[in-house]
Amino acid sequence: MIKHITCTVCPLSCEITLEIGENNEIISLTGNRCNRGKVYATKEHTAPERTLTTTVRVRGGVHPLLPVRTDQPIPKGKLKEAMLATAQLEVEAPVKMGTVIVENFLDLGVNLVASRDLERG
Amino acid sequence: MRKMDVDVAVIGGGPAGLAAALAARRGGAAKVLIIERNHELGGILQQCIHHGFGLHRFKAELTGPEYAQRFINEVRETDIDVLLETMVLEVSNQRTIYAVNSREGMLEISAKAIVLAMGCRERTRGALRIPGRRPAGIFSAGTAQRYINIDGYIPGKKAVILGSGDIGLIMARRLTLEGAKVEAVVEILPYAAGLARNVVQCLEDFGIPLILQSTVIEVHGDERLEAVTIAQVDEQWKPIPGTERTIECDTLLLSVGLIPENELSNGAGVQLDPITNGPKVDDTMMTSIPGIFACGNVLHVHDLVDNVSKEAERAGSFAAQYALQQLPAAARRVKVTAGENIRYVVPHEVSLDIPVEFFMRVQKPQEDVVLDVGGLRSVKEQFVKPSEMLNITLTPEVLSQLSGDTLTVRIVSPKEAGRQ
Ligand code: SF4
Repeated sequence: MIKHITCTVCPLSCEITLEIGENNEIISLTGNRCNRGKVYATKEHTAPERTLTTTVRVRGGVHPLLPVRTDQPIPKGKLKEAMLATAQLEVEAPVKMGTVIVENFLDLGVNLVASRDLERG
Repeated sequence: MRKMDVDVAVIGGGPAGLAAALAARRGGAAKVLIIERNHELGGILQQCIHHGFGLHRFKAELTGPEYAQRFINEVRETDIDVLLETMVLEVSNQRTIYAVNSREGMLEISAKAIVLAMGCRERTRGALRIPGRRPAGIFSAGTAQRYINIDGYIPGKKAVILGSGDIGLIMARRLTLEGAKVEAVVEILPYAAGLARNVVQCLEDFGIPLILQSTVIEVHGDERLEAVTIAQVDEQWKPIPGTERTIECDTLLLSVGLIPENELSNGAGVQLDPITNGPKVDDTMMTSIPGIFACGNVLHVHDLVDNVSKEAERAGSFAAQYALQQLPAAARRVKVTAGENIRYVVPHEVSLDIPVEFFMRVQKPQEDVVLDVGGLRSVKEQFVKPSEMLNITLTPEVLSQLSGDTLTVRIVSPKEAGRQ
């Protein structure tokens, strides 16, 4: 099977072509202009990850929402589950940037943290 | 009317204003004031909750609010004055600012130097002339971003996004994550206008189609938007008959470009560049009016906030020098012009005695070319495109080799560059 992956590491956006074997192993990898592209495409094929950024409800703040992020990327396939989980959350103002909102979020070994200070309003 | 005297007044408390104020204070201006119309600092970054900011400056992928917070925290550690919820009505060419807020009424602020840092605004549907009725459900992408990320409203359930700039792409992902269905992103150009990274992470990740060389030609619905008709376009961007297609949707987001917020600049009488829509500036970021400086998106629309901060620091430090009467008059003045495949260059004029970082955009995409600045310095570029701003720094040593009174920035072929 042939798979195309656009490298997103730098603006050159190389189109990387992967030849995938029957056991999902990479037989060949071409089109990358540097090694970072190889690392990226390999990871993207085997275990793609994304950082989740979203909002959670906040009580008593200057805004009704607090922007949050995962402090490390999480498996791409977990984004939906992660969104459903954050929809259930509510925190109390004031909050400081970096405050851990959920530790070991969804057992993924990452924390969900506040992206900004949010004063009481 | 309350009267104030300051050394440097910065109009706008977004990324440009924050960095300019900090640099002005560090540069020795004793009284620095930031005037912001919102109830908090940070500007547009507060609604850009996605990550990818600060790679150059902080070597980290911050979210917009995180990037802003770092600067806000720095400002809080200084004695920089901040006036929130204060709207500037007028800037005079004598550096007097008239502003208003609900606590104090009218304010008259006399500044030794002013930094314009009001940012930009979105082009609207009016500017695009989409025919049809005016049903509810049509928003600029930035307005929708504010609704979702700050106020907590989802603008609709089924959306079409016109324009594949980064904000449009980011909003496609945001709407999808929040449970809405994005039917398509429609782009008039033959390629995506935003970063490849955003095409991958915001569209491909969620299977959202990107329809190129197409545009919205009609909107349907009475009270609420019910559908849009899109069509392919030819080279002149004219819809091709027979290619029309109707997509049901209750929301249309317009992500069709940003333009500098130039009302105050205009009112002050500073000369504007018809291409950028922002003021013309020299290498100290000073506009055509002595003592009035400009930086960030009010000057020209940037794609990286890191560049905004850098440019603003330059404006802020020169504004401080001007306020302290330490800014020497330039011995020589050279006009900077846009040559082959260059749409614009900032700054517009240089003095040759200080290092200058030039920012520019190309007119059309090209591969394997050379960016040449007046034959003085050139760099190879593997790929240039209008959505990615280019920058290059020239030292006074290099600049002083210039003969003549114009400096032309061009994109040339490697062969042509070799001949010089
Ligand atoms: S492969 Fe290397 S050069 Fe190509 S986009 Fe990725 S990081 Fe950039």
